Amino acid sequence: MIELADVTHRYGAQVALDGVGLTVRSGEFVALVGGSGSGKTTLLKTINGLVRPDDGRIAVDGEDVAAVAPHLLRRRIGYVFQEVGLFPHLTVAENIGVTPKLLGWGPPRIAARVRTLLDLVALPGDVADRPPSALSGGQRQRVGVARALAAEPGVMLMDEPFGALDPLTRDQLGADYLALHRQLGLTTVMVTHDIAEAVLLADRLVVMRQGRILADGPPADLLAAASDPAVRALLEAPRRQADRLRERLGG
Amino acid sequence: MNPQFAAALDLLPGYLAWHVLLSASALALGLAISLPLAIAAARRPRLRWPLLALASLIQTIPGLALLALFYPLLLAVSAVAEAATGRGFSALGFLPSLLALTLYAVLPILRNGVAGLAGVDPAIAEAADGVGMTPRQKLLQVELPLAAPVIMAGVRTAAVWTIGAATLATPVGQTSLGNYIFAGLQTENWVFVLFGCAASAVLAMAADQLLGLAERGVRTRRRGLIIAGVAGLIVGAGLAMAPLAGSGAPTAYVVGAKNFSEQYILAELMAGELERTGARVTRKENLGSNVAYRALAAGEIDVYVDYSGTLWTNVLGRTDNPGRAAMVDQLSAELRRRDGVVVLGSLGFENAYAFAMRQDRARALGVASLVDLAKVAPQLTLGTDVEFLSRPEWKAVDAAYGLSFRATRSFQPTFMYRALGGGEADVISAFSSDGRIAADRLTVLSDPRGAIPPYDAVILVSPRRAADKRFLDALRPLVGAIGVEAMRAANYSVDRDADKRTPAEAARWLRAQSAPES
Ligand SMILES: Nc1ncnc2c1ncn2[C@@H]1O[C@H](COP(=O)(O)OP(=O)(O)OP(=O)(O)O)[C@@H](O)[C@H]1O
Ligand SMILES: [Mg+2]
Repeated sequence: MIELADVTHRYGAQVALDGVGLTVRSGEFVALVGGSGSGKTTLLKTINGLVRPDDGRIAVDGEDVAAVAPHLLRRRIGYVFQEVGLFPHLTVAENIGVTPKLLGWGPPRIAARVRTLLDLVALPGDVADRPPSALSGGQRQRVGVARALAAEPGVMLMDEPFGALDPLTRDQLGADYLALHRQLGLTTVMVTHDIAEAVLLADRLVVMRQGRILADGPPADLLAAASDPAVRALLEAPRRQADRLRERLGG
Repeated sequence: MNPQFAAALDLLPGYLAWHVLLSASALALGLAISLPLAIAAARRPRLRWPLLALASLIQTIPGLALLALFYPLLLAVSAVAEAATGRGFSALGFLPSLLALTLYAVLPILRNGVAGLAGVDPAIAEAADGVGMTPRQKLLQVELPLAAPVIMAGVRTAAVWTIGAATLATPVGQTSLGNYIFAGLQTENWVFVLFGCAASAVLAMAADQLLGLAERGVRTRRRGLIIAGVAGLIVGAGLAMAPLAGSGAPTAYVVGAKNFSEQYILAELMAGELERTGARVTRKENLGSNVAYRALAAGEIDVYVDYSGTLWTNVLGRTDNPGRAAMVDQLSAELRRRDGVVVLGSLGFENAYAFAMRQDRARALGVASLVDLAKVAPQLTLGTDVEFLSRPEWKAVDAAYGLSFRATRSFQPTFMYRALGGGEADVISAFSSDGRIAADRLTVLSDPRGAIPPYDAVILVSPRRAADKRFLDALRPLVGAIGVEAMRAANYSVDRDADKRTPAEAARWLRAQSAPES
């Protein structure tokens, strides 16, 4: 369970989060959507302590984030960076195995885990010994997801994890991830710009604007009840798009 | 093989061993200091500027000056340590050289370390936090490996600088490849100078190449290259330093010499006498004029030759002139009382300052004495060694005769004589026992007012050998045994261009002159 209460953060004069309150129950899949610069990444980083908010409280599984050693907290939380951030001096396998190694897993267990995860993110086994520089952008992003999952975390924070993938792989990987999320009972917060993806994967949508939460609820409820025209427009975008597609393709 | 080259080659193992030990230690110490500083500076940008500015400032101090500054500093520290714990340490030789070179090694490593660490992509650094690394794990597993190529480039620069600057350790009494250069410069032995330069350049290039190999390994993450480079460095340094392992036994006697030919010859002469008794002897040559006496008083060297007038003014701070014999007598009493230093006796010749001109020039200007010189001085250029104009002797002469020259220029002694020949100087502050006075047929100007103090060459013995009978007995036969003609000839045999003798050969020749019966 993730609980944010009244979280405010500024970068200098720039307000990135403005009194955000949010509760994510265990096992829930939340999609965080909103325009560029609305504070999504900042919100995600406050949850694993990469950003220390100026004000407010954050708890993960009932534990105050400010009170635990940050490195121990982060080993329990998988994080997929928007910029991916693979270690360029390590191989793909070493990148994926980095948190398990910090936790003291033995090499055979790490190796087995790396194979499983490469399979899960649909990468061939022979990329394991390559440096990240020898992968395509989409492949790198998948390694980033695998790295976040490696230490079997209970909580996953994903910042546009599938942004650089082709639509087919993206669909497939989203579905695979959702299956994993359900199977392992993960708690997931995922930032995405793709409303269709958000609607398809998430139990709940959280819409942000200028550091505030504009709307929060299951996709269908939001569409039915949203009073804010901006939220309505956002949520109707995929349907409008689908309609136009049907028209053009003569479905 | 050229005999000079053979002589140089003979000296190489010892010189190279010390040079490698000195530069490797300085580099290791520099790395140990600058790497933590670089990490601290990369973490706290506010530290960065002052640290880099300080390191750059140190770098602008000329190498020789930096080395020279450490000597009095360490002497003071040693005195404090001795007062506090009863044990001092040697302020001469290895320690000051090591400290100065370490400071030299710091800047390039610090600068590249800061640049390398600050240059790590912030997204990668944040990812290290994100996967659950502690700050220490992040530093060791991510930041340092990513900054390593840049840091290694800094280490390479530092290695080349340190190896080059280590040649400057010679004047503070630390044997290095600089011994070739300094001795060669004094005795105009260009084979030695070139040999020293070449040896230090080859050493620097070899170290640079091996470090370059390791750097390439770090950059391309090829462990084999790193191991090859580092192993090459370790094996090379080990081989080079091997000669030192044998000489680890305590050295019995240390003979000192200042930085000119006569001093080298006399040091060899005394060393020869001591070795004849079966003692082990090491030499500390090229000591600065003031360094030598303090080193003797502190027991860092056991014996060297100094000159009565020098001691009179520099050590006792006197400006009067009691005459040759009285000066030596008073020095004996005063030096023993002040520092426990023993004046064993005069060798039998003087090496006084002497104003000299080319014969034709002196005749044309009608100059035979310092009184005559004062009249024409405003049209003339005075050439001196580097310290003469700051010495009290010059002030005494100037006060007595009122000499104001058109210009003054200072030279290494060797080049001072050359300057007279080449016309860059009209008058020089020569030395009366210098062989070149006779060889170049120079006119020595007389000193009718007796302003130039006497400079009898005297053997000075350190307090710790004051009661060493074997030591004193070995050296005593030299007292009164060396005439000025013999000394001039010996000096010239070392300084001349063709058919040069080494100082050791000249010392043997001198001994044969002074003691034909043995
Ligand atoms: N390190 C920083 N220093 C200063 N300002 C920052 C920093 N990080 C983010 N901001 C600002 O805070 C605000 C919120 O940024 P944030 O990265 O959370 O947005 P976002 O919703 O993730 O945007 P995007 O969809 O473009 O990734 C923006 O105005 C951004 O410019
Ligand atoms: Mg973002």
